[in-house]
Amino acid sequence: MQLTGWGNFPKRTTQLTAPRTEAEVAEQVTEGRAIARGNGRSYGDSAIGAVRTLDMRRFDRMLSFNAATGQLVAEAGVMLSDVIDSFLPRGWFPMVTPGTKLITLGGAIAADVHGKNHHVDGSFRACVDWIDLMGPDGSVTRCSRDENSDLFGWTIGGMGLTGVILRCAIRLRSVKSGWIRQTMIPAANLDEAISAFEDNMAATYSVAWIDCAAKGAALGRSLVMLGEHAEPGEVPPRYRATPFKAPRRRKKTFPMNAPGFALNPLSVRAFNALYFWNGARQEGQQIIDWDGYFYPLDAILKWNRLYGRKGFMQFQCVLPQDRAREGLHRLMSAISDSGQASFLSVLKRFGPQDSPFSFPMEGYTLALDFPRHPRAIALMPELDAITLDNGGRFYLAKDSRVPADTFATADPRAAAFAQWRRENGLADAFASAQSERLHL
Amino acid sequence: MTHPVLILGARSDMARATARAFAALGHPIQLAARNADSMQMEKADLETRYGVEVTLHDFDALDVEGHEGFVDGLPVLPRIAVCAVGTMGEQEENEKDPAKAVAVLRSNFEGPAIVFGVLADRFANRGSGTLVGISSVAGDRGRASNYVYGSAKAGFTAFLSGLRNRLAKQNVHVVTVKPGFVNTAMTAHLDLPAKLTAEPDEVADAIVKAVKKQRNIIYVRPIWWLVMSIICAVPEMIFKKTSI
Repeated sequence: MQLTGWGNFPKRTTQLTAPRTEAEVAEQVTEGRAIARGNGRSYGDSAIGAVRTLDMRRFDRMLSFNAATGQLVAEAGVMLSDVIDSFLPRGWFPMVTPGTKLITLGGAIAADVHGKNHHVDGSFRACVDWIDLMGPDGSVTRCSRDENSDLFGWTIGGMGLTGVILRCAIRLRSVKSGWIRQTMIPAANLDEAISAFEDNMAATYSVAWIDCAAKGAALGRSLVMLGEHAEPGEVPPRYRATPFKAPRRRKKTFPMNAPGFALNPLSVRAFNALYFWNGARQEGQQIIDWDGYFYPLDAILKWNRLYGRKGFMQFQCVLPQDRAREGLHRLMSAISDSGQASFLSVLKRFGPQDSPFSFPMEGYTLALDFPRHPRAIALMPELDAITLDNGGRFYLAKDSRVPADTFATADPRAAAFAQWRRENGLADAFASAQSERLHL
Repeated sequence: MTHPVLILGARSDMARATARAFAALGHPIQLAARNADSMQMEKADLETRYGVEVTLHDFDALDVEGHEGFVDGLPVLPRIAVCAVGTMGEQEENEKDPAKAVAVLRSNFEGPAIVFGVLADRFANRGSGTLVGISSVAGDRGRASNYVYGSAKAGFTAFLSGLRNRLAKQNVHVVTVKPGFVNTAMTAHLDLPAKLTAEPDEVADAIVKAVKKQRNIIYVRPIWWLVMSIICAVPEMIFKKTSI
């Protein structure tokens, strides 16, 4: 059947199965060129098997929880939203979470996702204690920092190309409420935004929404949002008796694919300006519930339809700390000059990262999305070149289009990963449309 | 709401979803199935997710002589019992192989009816309880494509209707659930229309709601009421020549 990622592009033919047992997984894996898929939230072709795709969402059992250590053992198809539903009422929250809770634990490990606290806590890797991984012959290996540590290292951030993640142990964070104390810092331009990040390295959470349409002196104007888990006493009075309970939002579903003209430079520019001025009015502190703070987009199911039938592209790169300021200036100028403003653009300071193949590195990451419009497609090579010039690299979970040679130049670790896969007999067993495109 | 809930045929997708939905409300859960010991992961899942007590019980729907012993062997008589026992088989095989037909008839009708009969007596003696039988729209009218399964479900539907009538004055409620198409292991090989196909979670939510509201007969997706009303209204003269 035809399968896509969250960006609705590209569409690739693959044999999709939804196994229920390890034996059924083994049956597929031993046939070769298979990839595991979680909830399909990676944007491009990471979770589309070269030949076989295994929908792992039926492996959705939680197996144990240790309230002394916060360690949860669960199957790979358990969703982060399930973890929150079960454990926030008991005072626990994911240690690391990306901007959507609608992902599986297996997917979070494979992409080694990061959150607004990367500069303090690191990527998802930091909370993973061990992984049970099915290899090419169908046998299961437990790997951790002490046991099969090479396999453990490559698997986190390995995009499913080291085996099928069946189970894992992750540690949760103890929290005192389900609320976040947010501090909003409007930044008039890119330099102010960077300063706001650098001045607030002690904040637990920090992220900026950045206006890609602003030009000149306002280039890179941003809303920098810091966050701390709120104390029970800070919870709004109505909810103070049950501090872990957030107000339930009614979920909305984006009804259909929007027509191609809905997102045009004018509407995007208007939205960005409105968003900035609205945010700037909220300067200072606010108490926000966890769902609204971490997952604003989850409130609109199928929001990817906003971009219409043709789908959209994500561009996410990270630039090393010493080149970030210059590189970001060039990226932002290129985008605003092109008139192809991104609808949702996010800037984030990363802290140090030590892992063989994960995306983050100390510096700044910029995430943008663009409708698949010819002019936006034409802009991509320019952004790629600026990234390369500044020693940056690309995020596989977002990628659907980086050329293989560009990726290899940006990330010399890719060649090492490919070689390690060949040496360990993994190259033919596990393959996605993305791994074939990028020769991983 | 912390009364125990018994799930019969606990291994099926609908049963698992139903167990979760009740556990999420804080109900202790009794999971009953063949080889119950192999359901340790399901037990762990419910306990870990919801912090409720979960017990496993060996139950063979076809061993009708054992049903009284099974019910009386439960650590505590449940307040709510859900029967998700059943198997569809292949219509063609059911037509040709009497052994297969017997298995389908017994596991969809005889087994569920007998165990519910036993539970009904215990519930009536106590003067409280709810029985939830998962039947099928296939029982509303026999069709060439699955009448062996359908007729067994028709029997179960009629049994539930009679049981509801008998127990109405004894504060015991009976819910008949007709899920329509459901995306489960049983239907994995079929190509089902999306608008008519419910997810197991939807069935589970509908069951919890029906128990709370003391509904009698529910179609999980309301469209199925319309579909089956039309199918049942077609005169036999015409119906016998159709293939639906």
